[in-house]
Amino acid sequence: MSAPAMPEKVAGIIPVKFEKFGLRHYLICLKGLVLRECLRFLHQRERFISSLVRPLIWLFIFAAGFRQVLGVSIIPPYKTYVLYEVYITPGLCGMILLFSGMQSSLSMVYDREMGNMRTLLVSPFPRWFLLVSKMLAGVSVSIAQVYAFLIVAWFWGVKAPPIGYLMVLPALFLSGMMLCALGMLLSSMIKQLENFAGIMNFVIFPGYFASPALYPLWRIQEASPLLYKICLANPFTYAVELIRFAFYGQINWLSLGVVAGCTLLFLAAAIIAYDPSRGLMTRKQDTGGNA
Amino acid sequence: MAALDVAGVSHSYGPKRALNDVSFSIAPATFTVLLGLNGAGKTTLFSLISHLYDTRGGSIRIFGHDVSRASGEALRRVGIVFQARTLDLDLSVHQNLSYHAALHGIGGREARQRIAALLDIVDMQGRQHDKARSLSGGQIRRIEIARALLHRPSLLLLDEATVGLDIQSRAGILATIRKLVETEGIGVLWATHLIDEVEDGDHVVVLRQGELVAKGKVADVVRTSGAGSIRDAFSRLSRIETAGIAEISP
Repeated sequence: MSAPAMPEKVAGIIPVKFEKFGLRHYLICLKGLVLRECLRFLHQRERFISSLVRPLIWLFIFAAGFRQVLGVSIIPPYKTYVLYEVYITPGLCGMILLFSGMQSSLSMVYDREMGNMRTLLVSPFPRWFLLVSKMLAGVSVSIAQVYAFLIVAWFWGVKAPPIGYLMVLPALFLSGMMLCALGMLLSSMIKQLENFAGIMNFVIFPGYFASPALYPLWRIQEASPLLYKICLANPFTYAVELIRFAFYGQINWLSLGVVAGCTLLFLAAAIIAYDPSRGLMTRKQDTGGNA
Repeated sequence: MAALDVAGVSHSYGPKRALNDVSFSIAPATFTVLLGLNGAGKTTLFSLISHLYDTRGGSIRIFGHDVSRASGEALRRVGIVFQARTLDLDLSVHQNLSYHAALHGIGGREARQRIAALLDIVDMQGRQHDKARSLSGGQIRRIEIARALLHRPSLLLLDEATVGLDIQSRAGILATIRKLVETEGIGVLWATHLIDEVEDGDHVVVLRQGELVAKGKVADVVRTSGAGSIRDAFSRLSRIETAGIAEISP
């Protein structure tokens, strides 16, 4: 490589007077992070297809098989008997958000192992802003996946009231933020990519099955009071119910409160965990880990 | 004001001491080589300067801004090329650079103009739509240098930037960085264990097992260490027990 003369347009790097970051700069940074996440998602077609296929298998095969076995009585927000496919659709939306949130955790671990994470962490923007922006980027991609699933489900005959598709957006957003924040927190604890299998076994599967995603809570209570209590302690339960009620233009206030509270809790913990002076990343320094 | 001021910095990984009371400073528009064998503490020092790790002992200032207390202001003034490749291989060159520009609050036309100009500087014009995955090691390094310069830093840190590259690529990258010091007045901290990358007019900082064993101009380090050349001096300072720091005024 030769050393060409510096073009006039970049000459004068020194001295530079840095203007204070304003709202415009923060928005540019946010846009950059969202765009990168979208581009990565689009470049990884297998990820897009698998994210869509997973809930569709549950809808097309599992729901069809269990429709006759699992009767669903009239429970809020439903005003009449609904098909099992209709019942599990909010849970499948939650499933997409859950897997996507954990996938973003996986990508954080991958980025950290590959070194890409460093480029993010040496940005001059506050670290809390970078992490929140990264979460927003992840949630944007998750919500796009949910709507792609809902379109296919609509053609399969699973239809919510038209207004429900709009009303569910804030519920998806908040639930997605909670799950992404949890994923981010977990990513700060995982040292190597290989450990992600543990997340599948200890977070995703228990979180998904110990919730009303596939069967109503009253049925779980009848089957096992202990499991019922576990379901009540599971934040994913409230994310599913928040989404379910939102499809019918209703707000489940308890679910809203729990999901909002857990989002703040997980987010605060993730920000602390990624703080070089206080968090878990600091403890990794002690063992010679990379930040 | 010093471009970089490292004062009494220590760092440990559990019981293992990685850096012990390291102090040196870099003036603007100078090329300083941070010399040390593998495990000397170069990468730890870079992680502390770039605030990936918190500075627990001592202080680090970049143009007067404390890295721990005012990390944002400090990081705006520094461009970093890490030892590990940090481009996103799934994205194109332009997408990688745009992402970095956004991380510094630079967007739109301004980002596009800077990217085009910097690709000229690193001799990668016309490659902006290529996937990073399709580039050679040397080309990836050039893009990483362009990326480090995008936000117009006043201090450039390069950690083993030429490791794994062929002789021609190494020489080209080194020449480009040296030219930036001359024409743009950027202060450079160039970490390496390759002694042939040091030139007579450079400043050097020599680390050995986390200890600073020499600092100053090349000629002064050579003289103080009693060696005949910087190669011999580095060899002595790195492998032979030395009694204290060879203090040389710049």
